[in-house]
Amino acid sequence: MSNQDFVRRMPGGAGLGASGRLLQIHLDPLMLLALLGIIGYGLVVLYSALNDNDPLFANQIIRMSLALVAMLVAAQLQPRFYLRWAPFVYAAGVVLLVLVLLIGVTVKGSQRWLDLPGLPRFQPSELMKIAVPMAVAWYLHERSLPPRFTDVCVALLIIAVPAGCIILQPDLGTGILVACAGLAVVVLAGVYWRWVAYAALAMAAAAPGLWFVLQDYQRQRILTLFDPESDPLGAGWNIIQSTTAIGSGGLYGKGLFQGTQSHLEFLPESQTDFIIAVIGEELGFVGIIALLALYMIVIARGLYVATQASNTFQRLLAGALTLTFFVYVFVNIAMVSGLLPVVGVPLPLVSYGGTSAITLMASFGIIMAVRTQRAW
Amino acid sequence: MSPSLSIKDTSLERRVFSGRALLLFIVATALVLGLVVRLLQLQVWEYDTYQTRSEDNRIQVQPLAPPRGLIYDRHGVLLADNRPVYSLALVSERIADLDALIKELQGLVNVNDEDIEGFGERLKRRRRPYEPVALKLTLSEEDIAVLAVNRHRLIGVEITTQLVRHYPLDSLLAHAVGSVRRVTEEDLQRLDPVRYSATKFVGRRGVERFYETSLHGEVGYQRVETDAHGRIRQVLEINPPTAGQNITLQMDSRLQIAASAALGQRRGAIVALDTRSGGVLAMISNPGYDPNLFVTGMTTEQYRELSTSRDTPLFNRAINGQYAPGSTFKPIVGLAGITSGAIDWEEQIEDRGSFRLPGQERIYRDWSWKRGNSGGQGMTNLNRAIYRSSNVFFYDLASRLDVDQLSAFAAQFGYGQRTAVDIPDASKGLLPTRIWKQGAKGEIWYPGDSVNMGIGQGDLLATPLQLATVASVIANRGSWPRPRMLLASDRPLIEFDPPRPMPRVQGPAADDWERMIDSMEDVVHRGNKGYGQNGTAWAYIGRNIAYRMAGKSGTAQVVEIKQGEEYDEEELDEYNRKHAWFIAFAPADDPLVAVSVLVENGGGGSSVAAPVAREVLDAYLLPQLAAR
Repeated sequence: MSNQDFVRRMPGGAGLGASGRLLQIHLDPLMLLALLGIIGYGLVVLYSALNDNDPLFANQIIRMSLALVAMLVAAQLQPRFYLRWAPFVYAAGVVLLVLVLLIGVTVKGSQRWLDLPGLPRFQPSELMKIAVPMAVAWYLHERSLPPRFTDVCVALLIIAVPAGCIILQPDLGTGILVACAGLAVVVLAGVYWRWVAYAALAMAAAAPGLWFVLQDYQRQRILTLFDPESDPLGAGWNIIQSTTAIGSGGLYGKGLFQGTQSHLEFLPESQTDFIIAVIGEELGFVGIIALLALYMIVIARGLYVATQASNTFQRLLAGALTLTFFVYVFVNIAMVSGLLPVVGVPLPLVSYGGTSAITLMASFGIIMAVRTQRAW
Repeated sequence: MSPSLSIKDTSLERRVFSGRALLLFIVATALVLGLVVRLLQLQVWEYDTYQTRSEDNRIQVQPLAPPRGLIYDRHGVLLADNRPVYSLALVSERIADLDALIKELQGLVNVNDEDIEGFGERLKRRRRPYEPVALKLTLSEEDIAVLAVNRHRLIGVEITTQLVRHYPLDSLLAHAVGSVRRVTEEDLQRLDPVRYSATKFVGRRGVERFYETSLHGEVGYQRVETDAHGRIRQVLEINPPTAGQNITLQMDSRLQIAASAALGQRRGAIVALDTRSGGVLAMISNPGYDPNLFVTGMTTEQYRELSTSRDTPLFNRAINGQYAPGSTFKPIVGLAGITSGAIDWEEQIEDRGSFRLPGQERIYRDWSWKRGNSGGQGMTNLNRAIYRSSNVFFYDLASRLDVDQLSAFAAQFGYGQRTAVDIPDASKGLLPTRIWKQGAKGEIWYPGDSVNMGIGQGDLLATPLQLATVASVIANRGSWPRPRMLLASDRPLIEFDPPRPMPRVQGPAADDWERMIDSMEDVVHRGNKGYGQNGTAWAYIGRNIAYRMAGKSGTAQVVEIKQGEEYDEEELDEYNRKHAWFIAFAPADDPLVAVSVLVENGGGGSSVAAPVAREVLDAYLLPQLAAR
């Protein structure tokens, strides 16, 4: 029994110190500190990546504030509330995804947005990043673990339907992330490694077939990964410029606002998906390591919270959300540094824009609820 | 809820979960370590590579084209200057859909298929990334305004300014000064790639070509920081280009205008030389062309017209047109005869209108044959043979001269060679010799060949520049200034490397020169002496003349008239008619200027070419004489 838990039961709470007060409002101090560190770091870098007086910076501050509010709100809800509503949220999400495919708004060739009357335009796929692991956790919560074969199949179906809808939009990046979130639950639930191995083998066998399913631009991205110089001004441009930006930063970087790759616009998407290259260029190896350290604190803390959770649903949900966060971080940095093909995954909590920051912080709110609201 | 009968083992589940979570955390950490290794590779181990790459991205060394040197005439009139031209250029790297953009541009300004074709070719050439490629070479003020208004929609479209060659006098000096043309792929292989890295035009003809190195100047460069779109953010270092040298030509644009007017629309050439310096005062080749077209661009149709026209406007007749000199050769033959001792000034022969070599059938006729004057010119000495242009006299004289001696003598006047200092494109003409004939035709030299050569026909060929030079040498009584275009320059020009001076003409004594010049004066001034007694040109130019002019007409056959056939001017196709020549210099006893006039297919030298020569000499001399 931890010290915090003891404090938690003390009446009042005044004079308990900062962490005590945070716990009272269901926030985990260590995780919050690391998250605020990432957000603050991100804002500084974004300020550099944007030009002076860019109104986008104010937008980002507003968005991050909203994200903190979302976290705060999510942390106040009891885990059993999530358990109860998981299937409904999931079902609603699937309906919205189908609607997107039918009447969605097309932006840049992908039909991702839903413009319903009376609501701001939003991407239902964002919602699914939380709803899918929640639904899988809900489903497996009642089953005996490790899951049996039929349970795994049902879980995979729960994952496949929304993931498939998202990939059809087409938004391969988000689709894969949603699938990862769901699969993380299955793996954490203790699915036999044998099955994982079979699945991996099946995937490997299907890989050549998948090649033909991919869109041309997706194939191009994969080919580019292996030989960016084959089309340095076209498909290879992004990856050449991002590795150049990172590499030219060296150990300590060129200094904030001094990045030539980003400020002279050689680096594409420098405010969004490729912002890690700005960090690498301006703050160097040290700058990226610092950020990675913050991320790892959040991930370690999230997994720790999961292991300490009081029931299966909470464990699976908190663990899966944390791992999804890791996948974000890893895929983004690996993509920008030229280890993975370019997929549209922003660097969590740092990249400009998107609803992803709000979803992410809401998911951390859920993890904090798991951490602070054991009694239910 | 669950129909499952299995009992949930929560502690087992917790253990399994913790194991999995730990394992996955270890996997995650391993993956992050993988990222760290990748970052080490990029930022530490291969730092230098990426550092260099980043610098190469942002820093560009851009060459700066030097402004081309200006060309002036002797009075300081600009013959070639530079003028800003606005052209429409595209940065293909910034354009997503090139075809759509061009289509859109076509809605705004006139971009035709040829522009697009040319653009496509230029696009294929090697160039720096983000270097604008010209689509339309000249924009009007109106075009610029329309493009400016639509600027926000036209991403990747740039209006570039460059100084380009401009010839204020248009076609007047096209052949004399020459022109520049856009640098071609071929030129790039020949030219110094560094010096010409920013140069879009190169001297193509004439003075522009010969003095290319000096006119071009030295390329400069600037080190600039550019963004990814090729826009210059800041200039880091600038090393300005050195402008090309300004040069002043011997050319007298006023005389050029007068000469051009004198020739009018007729095909032909005029060369006027300053007899004292050899300076080319005027050089006309008609028809000409507008050299500005080669700078600002012309349609394929225009170019085809220029290059395939039967009148060959791109052909510089003044230096490359090789024609039989006709009777203008007679003074040379006469002086050769005197020098060799074959005749003297007193010797007369009887000109009966025709000549026959001993033992041969062929009849060589006098030019007056057609007029029914079968009696010929009568008793004729060298003086009369010149001013009456007696063919028979020179048939006879040439038949007595050895061809190689005659050719050697004529060579002293510049026949068969290039003598100009700075006109390397000039043709050499043809001065036949026995050896030449053996080599070229595989035949021996027949006496008949000498007979023809005596009146400047046969194989003998000369250019208008060469005949102006001949006139100048006679005017100088055998001494020689080589023809030249250059009058002055700020600094010595490296191209200007005069060959050794031509040696004085050997042979004729001072008195021989004076007598020959007197005879040539008679061609112009001997008048009112009655039928068959006047100089051949007197009736056309000899009256009301304010100075003494020495001249000689010539008529060059274009097609061979077969033995016994009549030459009927009317029946011949225009392009087969005779060429009219006139060479002259003045004032005869203190010459200032020598001129040669050729009118292609013009007919008689005295009637057609002489008046042109008189106009040119008047234009040059009358103002000077009035000033004295």
